[in-house]
Amino acid sequence: MGRLGKIARRTFLIGTGLVAGGLAVGYYYYRKPYPNPLEDDLAEGEATFNPYVKIAPDNTITLIAPRAEMGQGVSTTLAALVAEELDVRLDQVIVEHGPAGHAYANTTMLEEGVPFPHFDESTVAELMRSGMAVAGKFLGLQGTGGSTSIVDGFYKMRQAGAAAREVLKLAAAKRLDVETGSLWTADGIVTDPASGRTFTYGELAQEAAALAPPAEIRLREKSEWTILGKPQARIDMRAKVTGAPIFGIDVRLPEMLFATLRMNPYRGGPIASLDAAEAEKMRGVVKVVKVETGIANGYAVIADNTWRAFQAADVVSVEWGKGAYPPDSAGIREVLETALRDGDASYGRDDGNVETAFADAPRERLVEADYGVPYLAHATMEPMNATARLKDSRLDIWAPNQMPTMVRQLAAAAIGIETENCFVHTTYLGGGFGRRGDVDYAIYAAIVASRTDGRPVQVTWTREEDVQQDMYRPAALGRFRARLGDDGMPVAVDMRIAAPSIIGSILPRYFPSLSPIGPDKSITDGSANQPYTIENYRVGGIKAPVSVPVGFWRSVGNSFNGFFHEGFMDEIAVAGGVDPLELRRKLMAAYPTAVNVIDKVGAMARWGETLPPGTAKGFAFTLSFGTWVAQVVQVADVGGRIRIEKVWCAADPGEVIDPAIFTAQMMSGIVYGLSSAIGEEITFADGAVEQSNFHDYTPMRMHQCPQIEIGLLETAHRMGGAGEPGTPPSIPALANAVHALTGKRIRSMPLSKEVEFL
Amino acid sequence: MKLNVNGSEHEIDVEPEMPLLWALRDELAIRGPKFGCGIAQCGACTVFIDGEPVRSCSVTVGEVSGAVTTIEGLASDGRLHPVQQAWIDEQVAQCGYCHAGQIMTAVALLQAIPDPSDEDIDNAMSGNLCRCGTYPRIRAAIKRAASATAGA
Repeated sequence: MGRLGKIARRTFLIGTGLVAGGLAVGYYYYRKPYPNPLEDDLAEGEATFNPYVKIAPDNTITLIAPRAEMGQGVSTTLAALVAEELDVRLDQVIVEHGPAGHAYANTTMLEEGVPFPHFDESTVAELMRSGMAVAGKFLGLQGTGGSTSIVDGFYKMRQAGAAAREVLKLAAAKRLDVETGSLWTADGIVTDPASGRTFTYGELAQEAAALAPPAEIRLREKSEWTILGKPQARIDMRAKVTGAPIFGIDVRLPEMLFATLRMNPYRGGPIASLDAAEAEKMRGVVKVVKVETGIANGYAVIADNTWRAFQAADVVSVEWGKGAYPPDSAGIREVLETALRDGDASYGRDDGNVETAFADAPRERLVEADYGVPYLAHATMEPMNATARLKDSRLDIWAPNQMPTMVRQLAAAAIGIETENCFVHTTYLGGGFGRRGDVDYAIYAAIVASRTDGRPVQVTWTREEDVQQDMYRPAALGRFRARLGDDGMPVAVDMRIAAPSIIGSILPRYFPSLSPIGPDKSITDGSANQPYTIENYRVGGIKAPVSVPVGFWRSVGNSFNGFFHEGFMDEIAVAGGVDPLELRRKLMAAYPTAVNVIDKVGAMARWGETLPPGTAKGFAFTLSFGTWVAQVVQVADVGGRIRIEKVWCAADPGEVIDPAIFTAQMMSGIVYGLSSAIGEEITFADGAVEQSNFHDYTPMRMHQCPQIEIGLLETAHRMGGAGEPGTPPSIPALANAVHALTGKRIRSMPLSKEVEFL
Repeated sequence: MKLNVNGSEHEIDVEPEMPLLWALRDELAIRGPKFGCGIAQCGACTVFIDGEPVRSCSVTVGEVSGAVTTIEGLASDGRLHPVQQAWIDEQVAQCGYCHAGQIMTAVALLQAIPDPSDEDIDNAMSGNLCRCGTYPRIRAAIKRAASATAGA
């Protein structure tokens, strides 16, 4: 793209600010203002039509799915969106993540950050959302998170496919001198039915890419879909069953070195002293370098083999300075308790008049409870790692990451080079769950690579480092009360929740010049934004000042608020003598989608039927990331221990683009939630995290995993996400089932502190 | 030091106490076996030595006397192993990181018990962690592979 093109884009950039409303329609929404990053790196003869499609003369068709593939199947479904309109088969295309680029901004991620619940479609809420979408466009943050990938790509990726198809037809029409409307497209070929002539897309690509697409392109109706709405074979499956080297940790480059890190276990603390003389004498060790950042401080051992680096890291003699938080879990809990008791709450919801409603509440009509959850690790199966090479002022980073543009900016800044000279190669991710929305591993790798004289270096964390240097799901405490009416239904519900702020932790570690102000809605996500109607209903969040690093964890605030809200609703149902499903049906009667999933899961699980002795069921509902989810968990007493036998789940995301992949995501979310509930906990002692590996941080294993049955509905009129909404209700549904089975109301996680699971 | 991997002889110059995993990954660039924990708690590094499944992170190169088979050596003549095919048919993998180890353990299970019960599957597979929660489909794929093999 020449200078003139750049100026034209700048002009357009300014223009869009003035006509933001116009952005919502048409091709230019994604085509402008950012350039097509594919233009810089085309193969000989290859043509690109937009940031999502490139076609080579031999009809090799490459689709860009610019979201992290961390298991959720997003590369398959994003490619399917383009393929549906481009008229190509999924098995005839190559799917790539593509480069880091503002063209791939995820605007939905910010849209969903507005402080309005998903069901709020008021003018103010909608204006705020479209405002955030525009802001997202300008920030150009390419990210995978918030279960937004398909919602974000739903229009723009189909438009990309349709726009390319139309110019390919246009090119063929010019060659044949016929109307484009008379041409057919299928399987990457344009056919003129009148003459029987055919052209592959590859033959037309160069001519077609130079043509302007029509101003308006009609996207196909759902009834016309041949790929979307149907289960597709995942494009990554074969590589994953053959052991193909597709992950960050599998990157190999000529002359590559292998390194590992040891960061101060007293999180945020400095290096007091370091002596690496012995370590540097060990076989294969190249050198030991300090890695000091605003995130963490420690050292890297650079060697010729990862294991040799691990061995030498143990030999380095180091004294660590302390962290700025209470040294043990009891001390941290005190900070949370103080915040819960005395802190200023910001209310995500405040209906009716809660204070008045409780002022004259008779004792016997009150339900009161305190809840708590611990810090949690992500424990992705692939430990944190990144590979970097700094050569001739160009930094290349190969990293399994969820935030490529942030990696590019911050890794470059960490070693003092320009963002434009940093190139990010996003590999497959061996799990993400929000952990790889942080970019610390990439920054550290860049720093290490700045000390290797141009040789690439792969920095692999030990599992111990991965567990102890995580950005944890925050611990949280909740204090709840309800007043019941004569019919046992709640007339007032008051919830206070205290937790460290995630954004208040992330901003200082990456953007220390920005100060987090205002409320953090993630503290009450899953409690303040549920579609319940209760006359007096207040949910307040309080930021607890603990400096242990926290970050996004699958379903974020919903992961603990689902438990808080739905555990407490179950208590209300029991206290009021109302069936838990019936309670929800009544309280969510204003939202038919909620009632639909409740009824669906009730039917699937045969709720209400008599169970064999020693078995029990629990129910929970959470609306998160735009998807309405109701679940029933069945547990059984097996010789005094609890087996989770079965989970039924009804989910309504409005539109299911790939039923098999969506179903797999719901199952995955459920297992992730149940796993946390039966045995995951991060605790602190003497200033450091106590857990270190899978012997003491213990995710769910095969023999503990229940049967899971998923039912899908498409009655919601706004599309929701897939990756996270399965998680929040699984935890309270289990806790409620355990109560039904044992009579024990367990209000703090993990449940395994009070009952034993198989 | 000699290492026979997937039918090929390799000469490597490493300490005998280096875990097999790191000799495979960093010396021979055989990257199917994955590093997950380093202490035989997750199973991602599972390989065969003389047909027996081992956690390669916890076996040293010096201890290896037999032939090593990794996930890369499962397919023969370009045809996937029935367990790999069953994994595709059931669309088992999500992030996929643990599945080289899952598949190796499943192959060993089916060699020992051609028609495993749910309990057999629990016993054999509980050493292999999956954070994406693909366990129900792993179970289905093992049963599918078992019946495919029985029918063959």
